[in-house]
Parts: sequence; structure tokens; C-alpha cells
Amino acid sequence: MSGTGAEISLVGAVNLALKRAMADDPAVLVLGEDVGIDGGVFRATEGLWQLYGETRVLDTPLAEVSIAGVAIGLAAQGFRPVAEIQFTGFAYPCVDQMINHASRLRTRTQGRLTCPMVLRSPGGGGIRAIEHHSESPEAIFAHMPGLRVVMPSSPARAYGLLLSAIRDPDPVVFIEPTRLYRAAREAVADTGEGLPLDTCFVLREGRDLTLVSWGAMLKETLEAADLLSDQGIAAEVIDVATLKPLDEKTILDSVARTGRVVVVQEAPITCGYGAEIAARVATGALTSLLAPIQRVAGCDTVMPYPRTEEHYMPSAARIVAAANRVMAYT
Amino acid sequence: MTTIAEFSIGSTRILDPSGAVVGDLPDFASDRDELVALYRAMVLTRAFDAKAIALQRTGRLGTYASSLGQEAVPVGLAAAMRPDDVLVPSFREHGAQLWRGVTLEELFLFWGGDERGNDFAGPREDFPTCVPVGTHAPHAVGVALAMKLRQEPRAAVCVFGDGATSKGDVLEALNMAGVWQAPAVFVVNNNGWAISVPRARQTAAETLAQKAIGAGIPGEQIDGNDVIAMRHVADRALARARSGGGPTLIEAVTYRLSDHTTADDASRYREDTDVSPHWKQEPLVRLRTYLTAAHGWTKADEEALLRACDDAVDAAAETYLATPPMPPDAMFAHTFAELPADLEAQKAALTGGDE
Ligand SMILES: Cc1ncc(C[n+]2csc(CCOP(=O)(O)OP(=O)(O)O)c2C)c(N)n1
Repeated sequence: MSGTGAEISLVGAVNLALKRAMADDPAVLVLGEDVGIDGGVFRATEGLWQLYGETRVLDTPLAEVSIAGVAIGLAAQGFRPVAEIQFTGFAYPCVDQMINHASRLRTRTQGRLTCPMVLRSPGGGGIRAIEHHSESPEAIFAHMPGLRVVMPSSPARAYGLLLSAIRDPDPVVFIEPTRLYRAAREAVADTGEGLPLDTCFVLREGRDLTLVSWGAMLKETLEAADLLSDQGIAAEVIDVATLKPLDEKTILDSVARTGRVVVVQEAPITCGYGAEIAARVATGALTSLLAPIQRVAGCDTVMPYPRTEEHYMPSAARIVAAANRVMAYT
Repeated sequence: MTTIAEFSIGSTRILDPSGAVVGDLPDFASDRDELVALYRAMVLTRAFDAKAIALQRTGRLGTYASSLGQEAVPVGLAAAMRPDDVLVPSFREHGAQLWRGVTLEELFLFWGGDERGNDFAGPREDFPTCVPVGTHAPHAVGVALAMKLRQEPRAAVCVFGDGATSKGDVLEALNMAGVWQAPAVFVVNNNGWAISVPRARQTAAETLAQKAIGAGIPGEQIDGNDVIAMRHVADRALARARSGGGPTLIEAVTYRLSDHTTADDASRYREDTDVSPHWKQEPLVRLRTYLTAAHGWTKADEEALLRACDDAVDAAAETYLATPPMPPDAMFAHTFAELPADLEAQKAALTGGDE
């Protein structure tokens, strides 16, 4: 997947995957606010309108409910719409459509109608954005039966996971970490190969403890692993990548070896996705655990404005501190 | 101040409540068989309605939403549709569903709480009954857009109630359909009530048809108890949509003679004296009166039709009642195209297997 192609950013990889998917399958459509001539406010859809025209790249009126709802209608008719919601803070109106319709169209009609759509949206903080532009709603969508929820954390994984999301026969919520959009570049070959939507990725192996995270938080999590390594502690780092369905085996296998786990998320702690992972570990790896499961998370507060958001966002130092707490158990 | 735009909302009625012709009869309405087909569909819908309520009252069906008194809207509308148009219905369009080939058994199954009732053997592309109010309107825009993108001369037809017109979803959908000139026909089934809230408390607008004006699409009102008007106006709107003329909003003014659903008691919020005048306006009586006067519909014709409809409904109810429920693990069958591994374990646990 990576290695042989041009070095591109995560948002560039999203763009590349969209181009690839549209070239491969005429049923793939892109719709959303400003996705056409403007190429999207983050340029994720740049060039698509020029390549495929306004019948496949649709600038919509400013109406989030209908962006999701129209995508459902298109999907039921055999198209593969990829709907962009400009920021996840504005994806909440779509929750109704995704939960009450997209996620259950297949079940309601016993497979007669299906909903192969993707709702993609940049999410998360740390970009000094204005209010409502830094939200982390992944747990809301992950809670819903019938939806897949994916959050890539590198250009190569963004490319492969988005391709698979578009090709998936069911609805996928694809949250792109805004903070990582241009944070790093990586060589991504445009092979057209997707990555599995039911697999966690082990980014780094280590015998002492397991750090589990997803999306933008992998950045701090990997930094923390470096800092821990300076202390002589070998951390295994797992990128969950697909939150739903969860590849619990990779996590449990790791915890079985390390006996210690820290879950890192940016979203508020209560009822966050980290709680799900903690519960799975408690159920599936209790006898391996040498220390209580630790969560490093955002607070149960409204996402602060840019001047204070750094206090909210989990830092590498907080992750290291949590790791040291679990290491303290002998 | 100068006036830079002016609007008006037209209204159509062809048969008045006494069965008298008060407008231009469209071509189809001179054909006795066509009218009998419409009448039969309304009678069948009402027979289904009565049976559904009876089954619910005896604990053999779930909560049910009656369409008593408003049969002309779905029947007239469906009669104007072609098989390859797509219906995106709310929850009172049994008449339209039956006309389009959804079976009585399937309707009973759905209201009996069985998803197989939405797996229509007939209109495979039609959407299932939408229980949330108004949220299906954007789906119709998506369906219509799909047809337009494929350059197919087809249309999507969406029905919702007067209460639904207060939802942003519906207004967004009208607006988007207008922008894209999507081949969609929206029908407000204005039955006067959103559960206990009367039409006047839903919006200060004089008509619901004028909700179209803000979206830049044509909007008109019809007498929704006049099946001839319903079919005629829908014919026109559908023809326009299929030939690239864009969307239309039709407000069909009717009246909900029943409770909102079998879980509702309408006497809590409206007097019998408010309801009874509407029995003189209802759609079956007026078409029957006209059929009798203009086409020699007889008492014997009427009795034979009622018997045939009751028999069909009874037979379907028997089939429904004899259909065993799905096994517990069926709930996993269509959650995803392929069951993810982490759900396999849940399925095994539910069915008593090992985790
Ligand atoms: C989004 C949503 N809100 C509330 C309800 C509960 N509810 C069911 S029907 C109804 C009234 C609908 O009125 P209207 O749109 O006029 O349709 P009618 O029932 O009269 O056909 C309400 C409030 C619902 N099903 N969906």
C-alpha cells in the first residue's frame, strides 16, 4: 500500500481514494456543501468536479439532514453516494437520518433495499478552530447497530479504509481527523486496494503495556510510546481504525501478552468509545490483567475554544503518566 | 414599495361532496371501469382498515394507523403512478401500497410487527413505511435525483402529513428538489390533525401548498376527498416530473375520521360534532353517488364488491395469523450484508450457542 507512491497528506489520500473510487465505479457520487468547484473547504474533493462534472459531484444546498437523507435515497437506487458533512459538529442533524434510516434500511426491508453510502466528515480538535468545529462524535455513531464507523490515522490507512468504506455494501460513517489532515505526509501508492474494515492495526510492538487509540490521538500515543521507550518501557501501540465492528481479538491478544492497557481518546470520557474497549478487555482478558485499565480522555465538558483546548486534549505527557500508573502495579 | 413577485395557490375539485361534477372531468373519468377500479381500491383499503383495527383490538396486531376517510389520497395518487415510479410513503398510504402491488398479507405482517412485511414481493424499489414523521422526504429527493442522473423518465412520490410540513426535513427536501429540478411529487396528506394538534396550530400559513413557494416549485391544493381530482392533478404533476419539468407539491385536503392510531383516543381533543360533518364529505360516498348516477352502479354491484373485499382481507388476515414469527437469530440476518465477527458471538449467545 504505502512505499511506492507519491508522498501525500491524509487529506490528499482521501482525495486520491475518492478519485480512484469514482474512476472505478460510475455509481460513486460525491455530494455536500462546497464539494464542487471549491473542492471542499479542506480540499478533500479537489479536482473531482473538474474530472467528473456536476452530475457526479453535487454541491448541495446548506442542509445537513438532507445531505444524509438524499444519500440514502441515492443509495437505495443503486448509487454509492459519498456525502461530506463539512465538520462533524454539523453532523448531529444527520444522526437522525443515519440512525433511523441508513442503519436499518436493510433490516427493515429484509435486504430488499440497502444503503451503501458513506458519510464522511472531518472531526476532532487541536486545529484552533471556532466553536463546533472540533467535535468527536464517533461513539454516537458506533452505538448504532447497522453502521460501520471508521477513523483513519495515516494517509495510507485513510486511502485504503476510505476505498473499502465506499465499496462496502452498508452505510459507513468515516471520520477524518482534521488535525492530521496535513500533519504528515506518507508515500501512498494508488493501487486501488482497500484495507479491511474489521481489523485493528498494530503500529508498534512492545511487551510491557498496550496503548490503544484511534484517529488523531495516535499522534500523541506514538509520541508517548517513544517517551516510554526512553524510560525502558516497551509499549505496544494499536490503531483501532474501525471502531465498529471492533476487532477485539487484536486488542485482547496484545493485552494477554502485556497485561496492561491504556486507552486513549479525545472524546469526552463518559460513555466514550474507550469505555467499550475497557469493557471488552475486562471481559476477555481479565485474568491477564496486571493492573486496572486506564483511560486517558477528553473531559465531560463542552469542547473548549482554541485558547484552552490544549488543556482538554490528552497529551503525550498524560498518556505517559497513565502508563506509569499501570506500570506501578507489580 | 413595489411588488416584485406575486404568488397564488390554486385549488381543484371535480366531484363535490354530493357527487355532482363541478369541474372539467379528465379523460379517464369518463371510463366506467377506471372509476370502478378507483372505487374498488378505496373500498378494499377501508376493508383492510376495519380488519386491522379489529385485529388490534383483539391483541392480534400491533398499533395501527388508520386511513379511514382519507382513502382518496393514496388511491388517486397511486393510480397516477407508473409501476416503475417509486413510492416513498408515510404511514397512512395503505391504499397506495395496495394499488402498487404490496399485498394485504404484507401490510398485516408489517403492522403485526414483522419486518418481512416490508419485503414487498411487488414494488421492489418502493420505500418501506416511514414511522418517523417527515424524515423520508429527503429520501424521495435522492431517489428522484438517481432517476434524473440516469435520465430515466420516472418519478419519486413522497407522501407526508400536515404535521410533517413543520419539520425541517420536509422543507429541506422541497428546497433541494427545487434546486435540482428532481422528478419528485410531494403530497401533503392534510387530514387536519397531527395527533391532537389541529392544522391551524401547525403553521400560520393559509395553505400548506404554499410551502412550495419558498422552494421555488409549483404548489397547489386539491379536494383530497375527490379521488378524481387527486388522480388528475397527480397525473399532471407526474407527467411534468418524468419529462424534466421538476417537482411539485400537492396539498390534498381531507379529514382523519378515525383516531390517530389505535393507541389514541381522539375524543380527548375533539368533539363528535366537529367530526360528524366530515362524514358527509368522505371520498367513498361521493364516488359511489356519482357512479350510481352516471354509470348505473347498483346495490348488487355494491354488495358484491363489499363481499369480495371483505373476503380478500379475511383470507389475508388468516395467512398472516398463520405465519410463524421469525426465529430469534433473524434479527442478525440483515443488520449488515455480511455479519461482522464480533456480532457472530452475540448471535451465538442469543441462540444458546457458545460465545
Ligand atoms: C419525528 C417524529 N416526531 C414525532 C413522532 C410521533 N408522531 C407520530 S405521528 C405524529 C403526528 C403526525 O401528524 P401528520 O404529519 O399530520 O400526519 P398524520 O398522522 O396526521 O397522518 C406524531 C407527532 C414521530 N413519529 N416522528
